[in-house]
Amino acid sequence: MERSGTGVRVLPYGDRALLVEVEDASAVAGIRRALEAGPLPGQRELVPAARTVLVVLDRAPTDHDVAVLRRLPVTAAGPEATAAPVTLPVVWDGPDLAEVAALVGRAVPDLVAALTEVEFTVAFGGFAPGFGYLTGLPAELHVPRRATPRTRVPAGSVGLAGPYAGVYPRASPGGWQLVGRTDAVLFDVDREPPALLAPGVRVRFHGMG
Amino acid sequence: MLTVLAPGPLTTVQDRGRPGHAGIGVTRSGAADPASADLANRLVGNRPEAAVLEVTAGGLRVRAGRTLLVAVTGAPAPVEIDGRPAPFAAPTTLHPGAVLALGAPHRGLRSYVAVRGGIGVPPVLGSRSTDTLSGLGPPPLAAGTLLPVGDLAGEEPFVDVAPVGAPQDRPVLHVLPGPRREWLADAAWHALTAQEWQVGNDSDRVGLRLAGPHLARARDGELPSEGLVPGALQVPPDGAPVLFLADHPVTGGYPVLAVVVTADLPLAAQLRPGDGVHFRAAR
Repeated sequence: MERSGTGVRVLPYGDRALLVEVEDASAVAGIRRALEAGPLPGQRELVPAARTVLVVLDRAPTDHDVAVLRRLPVTAAGPEATAAPVTLPVVWDGPDLAEVAALVGRAVPDLVAALTEVEFTVAFGGFAPGFGYLTGLPAELHVPRRATPRTRVPAGSVGLAGPYAGVYPRASPGGWQLVGRTDAVLFDVDREPPALLAPGVRVRFHGMG
Repeated sequence: MLTVLAPGPLTTVQDRGRPGHAGIGVTRSGAADPASADLANRLVGNRPEAAVLEVTAGGLRVRAGRTLLVAVTGAPAPVEIDGRPAPFAAPTTLHPGAVLALGAPHRGLRSYVAVRGGIGVPPVLGSRSTDTLSGLGPPPLAAGTLLPVGDLAGEEPFVDVAPVGAPQDRPVLHVLPGPRREWLADAAWHALTAQEWQVGNDSDRVGLRLAGPHLARARDGELPSEGLVPGALQVPPDGAPVLFLADHPVTGGYPVLAVVVTADLPLAAQLRPGDGVHFRAAR
């Protein structure tokens, strides 16, 4: 299928969904916000990812849906619906902190200062309930995943991988470079909303001690 | 109240799942064979959102704490009440203290037990389903688990027995093109739809692993992770596809070649390791 003038492609995905593919993370945010504000009839799920937004319906998609999706704006108008940034208190004592500092060619205190200055935005989730891929990390702080993933990363670990930062909502295996930890509760089914880091939420790390 | 005496290999509580949370990493979950779960609810006069028991490969034994109306559907497991044969796919009364037992189904994998009123465990994010991937919802049943009965009874049931056939041998699942057909060689779609596939041993509520012809890639490189749906047929680098079911991860990083139509997902959920299955283009 051809791209529209704004670089939006709509791909077939069975009899209950369509996949919208765009060129970058900010276009993903634009499409997501447009579909949050004005859902398609019968829209049941919206799953943003790195370059796509999956739109799940409770009915078969139509040519009209495809036409509507191709015309969606990829630049969002106005601020995100969520208000103030979420501030996560972080203790910067991750097991990979020194290695990450060496990889980016900075002293540890400079790395920590740089990380606390960034305003991140949750681009998408997907790895586990409550996990958010945080975008906004400057290119000079991008580091590769660990060559060997850890079999157990504790809940609250703050990690870096490629262009993303993230916080493990609960203990799990993981390959991200661990730079710190937070005691913030990222996912709680008895809280509304259950996920602290839903797509679109802005996030800051606040240094502790 | 129902008391679990034996759970069999795996029995979970399932309803229609928790849609609407995929954006925060929570998959829909819910009954793997929703048609059979819905039928079980209808037979005992439950509202459609009532939770039922999903019994994998039989083996469940439960004792009724009071008089209860139950129905068993899905994979045709032999049903016994206090050791005597009882009907399948029909509303049946359990007297206080009676033991309902399901044998191993001769065909199919998942049987559903509805109790009038529904299984009344507390909902999590609006659903009583066990999500085996992320651990949300009640844990799988264990011997000694006490299951409350809920208040989701509707009209009195009026059907005596539902005419249902056993799951087909070597069923045909109809497929539509997936979003990444171009990532696979032109021959892949033909290979998918022309030959028989076999369900692998490491299959579960997350998905079925399939063995058959190698599905070759048309391009190298990594696909950024993107959203998944039940029925998505994903092709990892080894060329052996995975057909996702109810507890699929919300995103995946391998190309989706095809998607099984919603109407055929109940057939997929009844496949067991070693079963043969065919795919055919839906249009």
